[in-house]
Amino acid sequence: MFLVGCNQAKATSSTSTSGEAPKAASGSPASAMAITDKEVTVGQLHSATGTMAISETGSIEAERLAIDQINESGGILGHQIKITQEDGASDWPTFAEKAKKLLEQDHVACVFGCWTSASRKAVLPVFEKDNGLLYYPTFYEGLEQSKNVFYTGQEATQQILAGLDWLQKTKNAKTFFLIGSDYIWPRTSNKIARKHIENVLHGTVVGEEYYPLGHTQFGSLINKIKAQKPDAVYAIIVGGSNVSFYKQLKAAGVTAENQTLLTISVTEDELLGIGGENMVGFYAAMKYFQSLDNDNNKKFVAAFKAKYGPKSVIGDVTQAAYLGPWLWKAAVEKANSFEVDKVVAASPGIELTTAPEGYVKVHPNHHLWSKLRIGQAQLDGQYKVVYESGLIEPNPFPKGYQ
Amino acid sequence: MGNLSIFAMQAFNGLSTFCVLLLMALGLAIIFGQMGVINMAHGEFLTIGAYTTYLLSQFSERFAPWLLNSYFLVAIVVAFLLAGALGLLVEHFMIRYLYKRPLDTLLATWGLSLIMQQVFRSVFGAREVSATLPNWLMGSVKPTANIDIPINGLLLIGLTVILTGIVFFGLLYTRLGVQVRATMQNRAMAGAAGINTNRVDRLTFAFGCGLAGIAGAAFTTIGSTGPTSGSLYIVDTFLVVVFGGAQSLLGTIASAFSIAQMQATTEFFMTGSMAKVLTLSAVILILMLRPQGLFALKVRS
Repeated sequence: MFLVGCNQAKATSSTSTSGEAPKAASGSPASAMAITDKEVTVGQLHSATGTMAISETGSIEAERLAIDQINESGGILGHQIKITQEDGASDWPTFAEKAKKLLEQDHVACVFGCWTSASRKAVLPVFEKDNGLLYYPTFYEGLEQSKNVFYTGQEATQQILAGLDWLQKTKNAKTFFLIGSDYIWPRTSNKIARKHIENVLHGTVVGEEYYPLGHTQFGSLINKIKAQKPDAVYAIIVGGSNVSFYKQLKAAGVTAENQTLLTISVTEDELLGIGGENMVGFYAAMKYFQSLDNDNNKKFVAAFKAKYGPKSVIGDVTQAAYLGPWLWKAAVEKANSFEVDKVVAASPGIELTTAPEGYVKVHPNHHLWSKLRIGQAQLDGQYKVVYESGLIEPNPFPKGYQ
Repeated sequence: MGNLSIFAMQAFNGLSTFCVLLLMALGLAIIFGQMGVINMAHGEFLTIGAYTTYLLSQFSERFAPWLLNSYFLVAIVVAFLLAGALGLLVEHFMIRYLYKRPLDTLLATWGLSLIMQQVFRSVFGAREVSATLPNWLMGSVKPTANIDIPINGLLLIGLTVILTGIVFFGLLYTRLGVQVRATMQNRAMAGAAGINTNRVDRLTFAFGCGLAGIAGAAFTTIGSTGPTSGSLYIVDTFLVVVFGGAQSLLGTIASAFSIAQMQATTEFFMTGSMAKVLTLSAVILILMLRPQGLFALKVRS
């Protein structure tokens, strides 16, 4: 149902604000962890079944690939990584239950998992109570920071601001039409976009529209776009709606030739369902595209295709999920311990020069420094990178944007 | 751009929304309206149609490039046959034991829909797929410089008119149609008159499922193809059938038309989510005043 999409969160409240990470009530000491002389067990918690399986499959595959590669190169501190996989089944309470099982019964050293904000919000209290460690891969709305979570995708300002700047600079965009599916991620993101457009770029928002998740008829919206003729459409539609929106847009004669459109919710995964021919020429703002031209990425794409078939595609979140195990490895080795408190303490400042996206660095606020790229959709379902920003500092609680 | 051309395109938009609603409700109107079976798996029969289109597009790309321009028409027929055949099986192994317990069909078919979704997921993968549609289907007609009429919308309208015509003609004038109506109005009497009511049930159910298959194939031009694509339509479908009056085909048409027009108009003047709220509220209000729906068949009580 919500295939693409990201982040259907149910709560806007932040669980803990910067600087005051909750103190673990009952930390599990390293001795209680599932670590033998030769092995360390980690958990993997995604939806392998249900509506979210469509999105989370890529993350599961990428994390497994990274762990396999780490094991082949000798493991971590001499330990081979063993995976205990649990299925969140696209159901948020199930996520919480399985997180509890992984932490309290299996005593895993860390967990790679979750995709939607709703599932992350559901497991967060469990991770904070049991002092677990979660690597979360999805780009999301921000407004959250926890001692027990590392966010390997971009928070909203990293994904939004530079993209809007680019629209203004290269497309001379002054009027914007904001569109989204009706839930927290698109609404929060568009709120940030509107503030930036009005206060920083001094442009005009000529329309802001939300449609229910799973909406399939976009004729009226398309006519409104035609009536307003905005310089740029900014689209955050997710799920099956995405496919309907772009197909109907094309059928109504709105194409890249007569309309500039920038989206932050269509990765290569979604483009597969939409069909390249229906989106050709439109732009997407992400930190990663499969077509990135660097040696790290070429190796990553080749390894991914060797393991999962030549036709597999890699979207932004899949790459972010791939970073998780590598970031954890670097932190464990720096701390020389698997203990959560020590790993967390060692994490800020860790750099990954082997990342397929190029280079990332862990910020003390547990998000990553990363670049933003603009890709232009191609007929074959890939993006061609047309712009790359400098490294952007993560800022999950942006002042002046709330 | 002139207001007039926006008005024209918006009118066409209302018309094509009407056809989408009617097309997906037609099959259910027969199954739910005529047989009283609450088929929660109706959306999954739509999905079968969508995947059929995808498979045929893959097939013609690989083995029969000459089919690429016309495979879509073949897909519509094949989707009808496949979904109908599966409907036959489902009726035989499940539905026919539940005719006397209509509420249980709700649970049973809901279970069936979950099973079918997971089967799609296991067979085709969890990711969405995309059928390569012939180019002639994806463009728009430009009667004037400012007006774009989507061709896929025209196709939907044409298909809906033809299918509705067939269903109407079939129910009113064919032998089977008469038998279906007789069975629906008085099962025992129809049986006494020599009608094989079991056979009628089987064929009616299969035909309704087949229509869903056609709708699914047609919707690949405007929507997604994935394990849960069909379930996007199920709520609206029931809404149309119930609002129209369960046993009346005319009611289904009137209901699809009024819901579509209401939605298209409100959507243009307010945001999409508010439009949905307003449409649903209006439907609830009318159903409170007329619980039997817009058009109700007079039945002796």
